[in-house]
Amino acid sequence: MTEKTIIYRGAEAEIHLANYMDHRVVQKKRIQKSYRIKNIDERLIASRTREEVKLMTEARLHGVSVPIIYDVDQENGVITMEYLQGKRIKDILNGLSEKERIRICNKIGESIARFHNNDIIHGDITTSNMILLDDRVHFIDFGLGEKNSEIETKGVDLHVLMEALESTHSLYADCFDYVLDGYKRELKEDANLVIKKIEEIVKRGRYR
Amino acid sequence: MICLGIEGTAHSIGVGVVKETGGKCKVFSNVIKIYRPEKGGIHPREAANHHATYLADLIRDSVKKARVDFPDIDIVSFSRGPGLGPCLRTAATAARALSLSLDKPIIGVNHCVAHLEIGRGILSDCKDPVLLYTSGANTQVIAFAEGRYRVFGETLDIGIGNCIDKFGRTIGLDFPCGPKLEELASKGERYLDLPYSIKGMDVAFSGLLTAAEQYYRNGERVEDICYSIQETTFAALTEVTERAMAHTEKDEVLLGGGVASNKRLQDMVQTMARERDARFFVPSTDLCIDNGAMIAWLGLLMYNSGIRMKVEDSFIDQRFRTDMVDVTWRD
Repeated sequence: MTEKTIIYRGAEAEIHLANYMDHRVVQKKRIQKSYRIKNIDERLIASRTREEVKLMTEARLHGVSVPIIYDVDQENGVITMEYLQGKRIKDILNGLSEKERIRICNKIGESIARFHNNDIIHGDITTSNMILLDDRVHFIDFGLGEKNSEIETKGVDLHVLMEALESTHSLYADCFDYVLDGYKRELKEDANLVIKKIEEIVKRGRYR
Repeated sequence: MICLGIEGTAHSIGVGVVKETGGKCKVFSNVIKIYRPEKGGIHPREAANHHATYLADLIRDSVKKARVDFPDIDIVSFSRGPGLGPCLRTAATAARALSLSLDKPIIGVNHCVAHLEIGRGILSDCKDPVLLYTSGANTQVIAFAEGRYRVFGETLDIGIGNCIDKFGRTIGLDFPCGPKLEELASKGERYLDLPYSIKGMDVAFSGLLTAAEQYYRNGERVEDICYSIQETTFAALTEVTERAMAHTEKDEVLLGGGVASNKRLQDMVQTMARERDARFFVPSTDLCIDNGAMIAWLGLLMYNSGIRMKVEDSFIDQRFRTDMVDVTWRD
């Protein structure tokens, strides 16, 4: 891996483009942060790398589109995975026709329901973490995720997306409703319980 | 244009006089009185009584220190919210009385936005920052996007200052506990594991507070607990700020709010900024804490961009959210 191969530098990781056994792959390397003490830094890098791989593998088994994982180096915080040459939802959502936007938002909701059905919590559902490829919405970056069956946790998971849509796609305030439409269709338990919980979480925040 | 601003959202009552020169803010005066409860947290009515007692003197004092006369004041602004109702009403009442007696326009402003604008107004080169706003009540990561100041991340339960104050009270410190806790933390030697709670770009501190209190009851060294609280909460705050910077693709970070005067927090955010080639800004402490000058400055910006307010519409709004403000003074 050389500097030249970096294709994206996020807040916590660098994404490198590389070759791995004849596959075009990306390597996600979590970066040590010198602002935090070693104790916290090591704990976060190791646990997030481990959780991310675990959750992605499991989500894939349940029909959620995620990149295929080829290799994990937990010690150095590196995950080698499939290179998805698609488009970030964040970059395309505002430019879609209304009909298309509704269709994509429905799909997003359906996928979220599919991992929530299996108690997989993503932890950072934003439109930056979704890639559209071959008409499928792929989810990436499960690093803040966990396994959890509580309605509360699922509500918080969706609340993150609600805030992301409000802040980044504020002109299309109805997006979240279309996501919830898809979510309701696919969720096995009563989706209204989760939706009620989201309303409660919103009210819990400051000045709501 | 000269504006006099009155801040009164919580424990502080402040009056500032500022002037605009070449798009930048010049602070002529910035006086403040802080209500300190004998025990426990802020009692809204007691705080409001405190504010009412000192406000007239503070207004006179601010004008005198600014070396202006009352007729020189062009606009009167006040903190419209968010905050404690009785405190907000006290500041607003004084602003209305002043506006009517001077026959000068009144303007109510959003307290959180004022924290951000004062940084942009005072610091050269601070143009389009992500603000990490940390105080007793508020913990928000704010940035300008699509015509408004959007909240990209915030606390899902209590503010970081509140978390620090609550733990401080448990171990017998006086309000505000931040500076004393910072000193204790500097003597910490051992890191004790505490919950690190991030949800997307949001943070939560109530679980950490419970765990820290548990350590205290179990007889752990207070210095070590304080050190661990600072290291954990500030790391989480720095991380969500960095996430917001990556998300919004901005390369400036600004601190604001009372907790911003904590050296360790400044350190961490500055290190984060340096590592991603971003610029780091922090106003002086008197402009980080709740103050009248920032209220005056935002009032001026709003007035100059054409916003007008009638006295009969100058009501307060306890739940005035950051993203409710239509930012007409920026492109």
